[in-house]
Amino acid sequence: MTTHNNIRFIQGNEACVEGAIYAGINFFAGYPITPSTEIAEHLASRLPQQGGKFIQMEDEIASMGAIIGASLTGNKVMTATSGPGFSLKQEALGYACMAEIPCVIANVQRGGPSTGNPTHVSQGDINQARWGTHGDHAIIAMTASSHQDVFNITVDAFNMAETYRTPVIILLDEVIGHMREKLVIPDPGVIPVVKRLQTSVPKDVDYHPYLPREDGRLPMSDFGGEHRYNVTGLFHDMWGFPSNDPKIVRGLLRHLVDKIENNVSDITRYKEYWLDNAEYVLVSYGAAARSSIHLARNRQARGVKLGVLELQTIWPFPAELVREKCAGAKAVMVVEMNMGQLVAQVKSAVDTPDKVFLCNRIDGELISPTDIKTALRMIQGKGV
Amino acid sequence: MNQKTSILNLTEDEWVNPGNRACAGCGLGIVYRTALKALGKNTILVVPPSCLTVLQGLYPIAATKLPCLNVVFASTGAAATGVRAAMRARKKDGVNVVAFAGDGGTGDIGIQALSGACERGDDILYICYDNEAYMNTGVQRSGTTPQGVVTTTTPIHGKSQVKKDIPAIVAAHHIPYLATASAAYPLDLYDKVKKAITKKGPKYIHVHTPCPSGWGFEPSQTVKIGKLAVKTGLFALYEMEDGDFKLTGPSLSALSKPRTPVKSYFDAQQRFASLDEEAIAQLQHQVDQTWAGYMG
Repeated sequence: MTTHNNIRFIQGNEACVEGAIYAGINFFAGYPITPSTEIAEHLASRLPQQGGKFIQMEDEIASMGAIIGASLTGNKVMTATSGPGFSLKQEALGYACMAEIPCVIANVQRGGPSTGNPTHVSQGDINQARWGTHGDHAIIAMTASSHQDVFNITVDAFNMAETYRTPVIILLDEVIGHMREKLVIPDPGVIPVVKRLQTSVPKDVDYHPYLPREDGRLPMSDFGGEHRYNVTGLFHDMWGFPSNDPKIVRGLLRHLVDKIENNVSDITRYKEYWLDNAEYVLVSYGAAARSSIHLARNRQARGVKLGVLELQTIWPFPAELVREKCAGAKAVMVVEMNMGQLVAQVKSAVDTPDKVFLCNRIDGELISPTDIKTALRMIQGKGV
Repeated sequence: MNQKTSILNLTEDEWVNPGNRACAGCGLGIVYRTALKALGKNTILVVPPSCLTVLQGLYPIAATKLPCLNVVFASTGAAATGVRAAMRARKKDGVNVVAFAGDGGTGDIGIQALSGACERGDDILYICYDNEAYMNTGVQRSGTTPQGVVTTTTPIHGKSQVKKDIPAIVAAHHIPYLATASAAYPLDLYDKVKKAITKKGPKYIHVHTPCPSGWGFEPSQTVKIGKLAVKTGLFALYEMEDGDFKLTGPSLSALSKPRTPVKSYFDAQQRFASLDEEAIAQLQHQVDQTWAGYMG
């Protein structure tokens, strides 16, 4: 039930904090960086009130190290950063992929590369989220365009981190992070929260931390608790001990990728607007999706068949969904605030890549409905 | 360099343009202007993201008249090493390579690069302006934030840990020159920078830099607050030349007269609001012990 006690008028960064608290976060480690700092600041006061722990670390990779350790000992954990800090976390992010440690990393994107445009919006870290850390791996990355959705995908992110024993990246952007908007916090139980899957193996019985169950999930045992086991960034066997046996190396790498890529449909979150019979489809996400939805609503009122596919799961890329939703369109326009990081994925997903166009803005300003309308008119051959 | 600089014989050369983007009353404005006066024209600056990059401004409101290399956060010491190596390769003597970083960029994320440069013996001057928190991102605690200070990431009881003693860490590298200074005593800072650049090898100057918006005092009180930190003994001004420690300026004269109680320093700033009488008494005791060591 909605009461005045669970309605907030807050920043997107705070909506992320509220989602994390709903999902059961009890440990956060971070380092100040614009435009994500509010996530740390709010958790600094909120977590101790709930019996959780907040630590400000001495740098970015230290923050990753801290949440990895805290997660292994049985906590739900998160860190938050922006582009340059996300770069600095990458080695430990890969470690969390390899050692299969549930954790959530919020990256509130700003202009880059390097120090870039710290107080302005960008969506330039889409590919860094996918391939920032080295070596083959799979990753889950999610985004949202409204505070209610930021809340929801943050809960989802924690749930997926537990379900798939993997790092999950939340890709917000400066506009969503700093914009103020209404959020209604659901009562407990309205959104399911996935608990840590604990092993049923009793104390003093041989526990295999890296032996998947039949359903593919890996039950955990709080590190330092009832079972002794090894955790490493090296390729490892089912006990967690390092191995370079080709069979084990191949098997583990397949497992790391398959556990996510084989579950794309379960991981995919999206929203669609006016897609039925749409002649033109805008594929967008994050703050850019707000402008896309605004324009489409406006054009619908004038009889233009313009729809929007808003992706909330970016990685693993929902290629099948995109192909299906764009199948009937005369043209597809990917609206994003970068040089075209997702358009390449959309082109490879659809049956006719030639009908996919990029509409972007890269100057630190929010892409506007007018920007999109101008690009759309060019595609329609109506001139500008 | 025994002759002390006074306001009468201080150079009129300016290397910082007027009208920069620092907050009103920013202590760094004094530190930067004074240090650059001492360094002079033949200087290359190496600066990581920090309040100083804000002070330096966006074009065309650019504050610095000297060549400046803005580098990534964790790399200041390493980048200065690279600049010095380039100067040597091009046989350019007499160029001051000066790293200028905040407390977080020096003692938290940047300490590895600083330690590396000191251990290698690279011929650089590293100036840390210590405003005792991450001010550029909106007042988060840093390693050098004093105990008890309320910041946005220590919002309830204030920071529980003691201030990290970065000069002591740097001193453990046995470098030829190390000093502390204060924005409230710019001529002392000037003399120390002048002396530092006469030495070969790594030099380090740690400058206490009051921040009105982060510490919670009126912008007109920057110098007063800076002086109080020294007069209470919370921040000691000293030099270490080839390992020889000596107090300098007002801290030296404080040896022979009673120090101002630390309470007056805490009361003058909002950031210490969570300190109770017991905590203040304990901090006073710590300062007294430190100074007993200086006197012994």
